[in-house]
Amino acid sequence: MNVHKSYTKHFILLSVLLIVFLLINISLGSVLIPFQDVFLILFGDETLKDSWQTIILNFRLPKAITAILVGSGLSICGLLMQTLFRNPLAGPFVLGISSGASLGVALLILGSSLFGGIFLSFSFSNWATAVAASLGAFIVLSAVIIAAKKVRNTMSILIIGLMFGSLTSAVISVLAYFSEAEQIQQYMFWSFGSLGNLSWTELTVFGLLYGIGILATFSIIKPLNSFLLGENYAKSLGINIKKSRNIILLITSLLTGVITAFSGPIAFIGLAVPHIAKMLFSTSNHKILIPSSAIIGAIVLLICDSIAQLPASEFTLPINAITSLFGAPVVIWLLIKKKKTYV
Amino acid sequence: MKNLDKHIVLKTENLSVGYETKKQQTVVVPDVNIAIEKGKFIGLLGKNGIGKSTLLRTLSKVQEPLKGTIFINQKNIHEYSHKELATSLSLVLTERLPESQLSVFELVALGRQPYTNWIDTLSEQDLEKVNWAIEQTQIEQLKKKRFYELSDGQLQRVLIARALAQDTEIIILDEPTAHLDIHHTIKIFSLLKKLAETTQKTIIISTHEVNLAIQLTDKLILLSDNKVYSGTSKELIKQDAFSSLFPSELINFNARLEQFVIHKNN
Repeated sequence: MNVHKSYTKHFILLSVLLIVFLLINISLGSVLIPFQDVFLILFGDETLKDSWQTIILNFRLPKAITAILVGSGLSICGLLMQTLFRNPLAGPFVLGISSGASLGVALLILGSSLFGGIFLSFSFSNWATAVAASLGAFIVLSAVIIAAKKVRNTMSILIIGLMFGSLTSAVISVLAYFSEAEQIQQYMFWSFGSLGNLSWTELTVFGLLYGIGILATFSIIKPLNSFLLGENYAKSLGINIKKSRNIILLITSLLTGVITAFSGPIAFIGLAVPHIAKMLFSTSNHKILIPSSAIIGAIVLLICDSIAQLPASEFTLPINAITSLFGAPVVIWLLIKKKKTYV
Repeated sequence: MKNLDKHIVLKTENLSVGYETKKQQTVVVPDVNIAIEKGKFIGLLGKNGIGKSTLLRTLSKVQEPLKGTIFINQKNIHEYSHKELATSLSLVLTERLPESQLSVFELVALGRQPYTNWIDTLSEQDLEKVNWAIEQTQIEQLKKKRFYELSDGQLQRVLIARALAQDTEIIILDEPTAHLDIHHTIKIFSLLKKLAETTQKTIIISTHEVNLAIQLTDKLILLSDNKVYSGTSKELIKQDAFSSLFPSELINFNARLEQFVIHKNN
């Protein structure tokens, strides 16, 4: 759409940064492994220490890949929501999708003490949380979509999403009140977010679903661009508004649901990253914004994760705290700056 | 007769527009029978709230008619798909654009959407059309600006360029001069008149600039409380249509001056 500028340089630079931060992320951790050896192990050298190989290949690499998938996926969701709702503060959290996923997990973990044995038998495994979170996200989003069919105004949908978010939080609070300390703690840990703990099998499933979401995103570049003019103009350009809107909502629920399922609710990335992309590239064209938000999101989450593992110590901070520490100032800064550049 | 029909691009038959809820039907403008020829500059007049926008919305299929049919090039508008209609009819609306980073060039280029591929890439031909539209509306020097940096008059020309780039036979503009001073209003009017002549596109605008519309448009559609008039300004003056445009307590139409004048004793 834009012929004045070529963004090739931007993209090359971002890709290089992505690789650099990926390598940094993999080389940092509670066990100190020399950078050279990290490199050798990644490229298939099997002569080094077995424990190092396990740490790199089965822990740090899957975690770094998770960070990339989560960061890019959430950023794309945020971008889609911001364009669809024409609201700079929209994001996957705002629609209540993340809260829905949290509700699913809360029911699983906290509910098990209430409802007893039925859940206990299979709870606490990664798969169970994943299924519960996806179901929760899907149910809340379906409710939002059904409500969206009744109201035409996108602003109302936004408010309905917020209300669903409040409702689910309220239900979680009630559940927590009746639960035991142990379960509450377990739920709290999940809600801190975690990029680790994923096996290669889980990561494959995650990657597959993520891939479907991303491919679908590229199919709606055109309607997304037309939405920049508002719904009436989009319609006059031959865009099927309802269909496009539903596809956008479906993609967002799939990506947010899957991501929250595997990594817990991770805040602010979806809201803050699209703004950074818009500022750096200073364009509204989604053909540029979708890939750039994805790469920037991946880089940001890799950095956040590198900070969270407090290099060379055995502690790991909750990733959700780090993203909020990063995201909140960005949002505040955007609002204070309040030049029109933030949309 | 057949030969004459060929030049009619937009025609309505017993069209009645308004709103419908489950409980009741609110007719805003009943019984519109108009035929609009190719390459003409048409003004739609009527006082506030008479239904100009409703009529334009219905003509552009944003809203369903209550009764009657609309034909674009002798084909019922119902038989047009959204995409097909997008290549026959383009719009310039009064609503504010949502905030974004769109540059003037990008905004105009969005007019090519009905023709671009699935990832919205502009072909040589698209670029040609976009540049042509920018040239026609004389906004070359604004090309790289963000649309929110423009004045109302400039933005209006950019939106007209976008509609031109969409390359449709009909362009409908809803009050394109609503926020403009007299200089810029006349500028937009003469631009539209020139475009209708040179591009042979049919341009329909709704406006409150009655005096200008009388002088500059090829044909007028006048909505009054009890009748829809259509014809050239001369014809409408003969029919005394303008007197029914506004209540007569404050202003009157002076047929000799061809414009509205304020009562002297006020």
